[in-house]
Amino acid sequence: MSILVDKNTKVLTQGITGATGQFHTRACKEYGTKMVAGVTPGKGGTDFEGIPIFDTVAQAVAETGADTSVIYVPPPFTADAMMEAADAGIELIISITEGVPVMDMVRVKRYLDGRRSRLLGPNCPGVITPGECKIGIMPGHIFKPGRIGVVSRSGTLTYEAVDQLTRVGLGQSTCVGIGGDPVHGIGFIDVLKLFNDDPATEAVVMIGEIGGTDEEEAAAWVKAHMKKPVTAFIVGQTAPPGKRMGHAGAIISGGKGTAQEKVAALKAAGIRTTPSPALIGQTMKEALQR
Amino acid sequence: MNIHEHQAKEILKPFGVPVPKGRVANTAAEAGAIAREMGGTVVVKAQIHAGGRGKAGGVKVVKSAEEAEKAAAAMLGKTLVTHQTGPQGREVKRLLIEEGLPIARELYLGMVLDRATGRVTVIASTEGGVEIEEVARKSPEKILKEVIDPAVGLLPFQCRRLAYALGLGRQVGPFTALLQALARAFVEKDCSLAEINPLVVTQDGRLLALDAKINIDNNALFRRPEIEALRDLNEEDPKEYEASRLGLSYISLDGNIGCMVNGAGLAMATMDIIKLCGGEPANFLDVGGGATKERVTEAFKILLSDKRVKGVLVNIFGGIMRCDVIAQGVVDAARELGVTVPLVVRLQGTNVEQGRKILADSGLAITPADTIGDAAEKIVKAVNK
Repeated sequence: MSILVDKNTKVLTQGITGATGQFHTRACKEYGTKMVAGVTPGKGGTDFEGIPIFDTVAQAVAETGADTSVIYVPPPFTADAMMEAADAGIELIISITEGVPVMDMVRVKRYLDGRRSRLLGPNCPGVITPGECKIGIMPGHIFKPGRIGVVSRSGTLTYEAVDQLTRVGLGQSTCVGIGGDPVHGIGFIDVLKLFNDDPATEAVVMIGEIGGTDEEEAAAWVKAHMKKPVTAFIVGQTAPPGKRMGHAGAIISGGKGTAQEKVAALKAAGIRTTPSPALIGQTMKEALQR
Repeated sequence: MNIHEHQAKEILKPFGVPVPKGRVANTAAEAGAIAREMGGTVVVKAQIHAGGRGKAGGVKVVKSAEEAEKAAAAMLGKTLVTHQTGPQGREVKRLLIEEGLPIARELYLGMVLDRATGRVTVIASTEGGVEIEEVARKSPEKILKEVIDPAVGLLPFQCRRLAYALGLGRQVGPFTALLQALARAFVEKDCSLAEINPLVVTQDGRLLALDAKINIDNNALFRRPEIEALRDLNEEDPKEYEASRLGLSYISLDGNIGCMVNGAGLAMATMDIIKLCGGEPANFLDVGGGATKERVTEAFKILLSDKRVKGVLVNIFGGIMRCDVIAQGVVDAARELGVTVPLVVRLQGTNVEQGRKILADSGLAITPADTIGDAAEKIVKAVNK
């Protein structure tokens, strides 16, 4: 077991004929992911290295039974691609693209209301269940199958955390990048709920950052509902207020969204945290030994 | 992206948000001429990208053209320090000269993107002209909110509900029109924040935006060239601007250890661990996913242009990018630019052994590091020597 994706997940790539779409579709296929279709309007009927390409998501779903979509199209077209996937009944929509206008995301979120689709991202590395299915841009070889769930707002910092977990002998059940944008799809609480109900996940590492209050809300949820150990790291202790730290959502505004506030909320919820990004793996190891 | 008050007003006016009559002056003489033309009481307002100007002496009410010219001369070239500028302050280079208005009431009106709900939210309060964060802290019951459903936009009944709660009588109609205009502007200009503080009721019963602040979503600038054109380079850190032109994400800090990292989260983590080890980071710098030689070279140039930098830490988690490629990029860039400060390089990921060999064989004084912790300790030690 795992969450969101496994060896049976059938994936289609929206934007499969672009350089990024091609590169990562190939890498995911090599990892073992079932890449069943691609979509690029106007390229229907052709193929990419044996993967059939369709003009619309609806056609691709009807022909191949794809249940998950990964989107690599440029920012001006990302919102439309997300909504097309939702309309076609895709269960999990994963958006890697960075730079999607936030007002587009406001509309997409409204469009998804009442639909069955889950959205992951945008501006995220994707999701991986090690040894079974990798969807997105993360380097597959650093992950190891195991029992730790990982949920994070960051890309390379997730790789850092996973690398540390693997080095202390802790493999991962599923690793989920929820993305660094202020308005995004599923968040910490959605993913924590899934991990809580997943028998294959023993404990969860949560990686947050400055900006917004997602971590505080997650802390309250963990305190009330979580049956498994959770450890956390919050990045941005040294970030100055009012500046966007790379991610569109990583900003301390009006004195709100500081790392200090988030760490305090996590600690109050009984979550073990570390101030050092070098000790993310070690902190989880200690939590499991208790 | 931030813009000036006068620019925000010029954007809002065509949508139907009433603003005072006003014009921009770049010299004291211009300020005097505009005041003379307007006649009567005028307000001289410093245009900088920061709030709290009033308290810092950046807003003056004057009764004549001569006084306006004098006030303008005193303000232009002066560095204003407010709670939003930081201790270094901002130099005043342009002024807005506006008609003075007889004010009866000052209200607060704002629109923000609420991250938790993913919707635009209207915030209003009877407590105008003061910091809204302060009001929220001291008397949260005075903060009124309406959430906008993106499918239908801000509805007239929501505006009326706010208007009655604000105690507006015959201005309910104009308030509804103003608020709906603001909501339209917010969406059509891709704002991330819009604030009218204060929104005033004049003694003759008119409703006007006395101040206006707008922030625009950087991700939407590709479809808002008219906003991009409003960029004021005087208000931006030259290194940050240069970096953004090159597609690098860079923020200046106060320390002496330059950082070059791939990915925003790891870049912040690198700053944090430098501090934990007793050092001070000089910057945030995300070179992005593809750390090519060209990007690494440009990033080094920006880092080294900061004369306070006494050492550089390169921290790359090579995922898709191979470590040998990155190592070659670092070596070539360091050689080309003649880097003389201590350089600690931590590489992790694909082909890490080949990468480390390239660093070791380069003949350059590069200190290799295994982990993020090891890297931070080494650079802090080298800089503090």
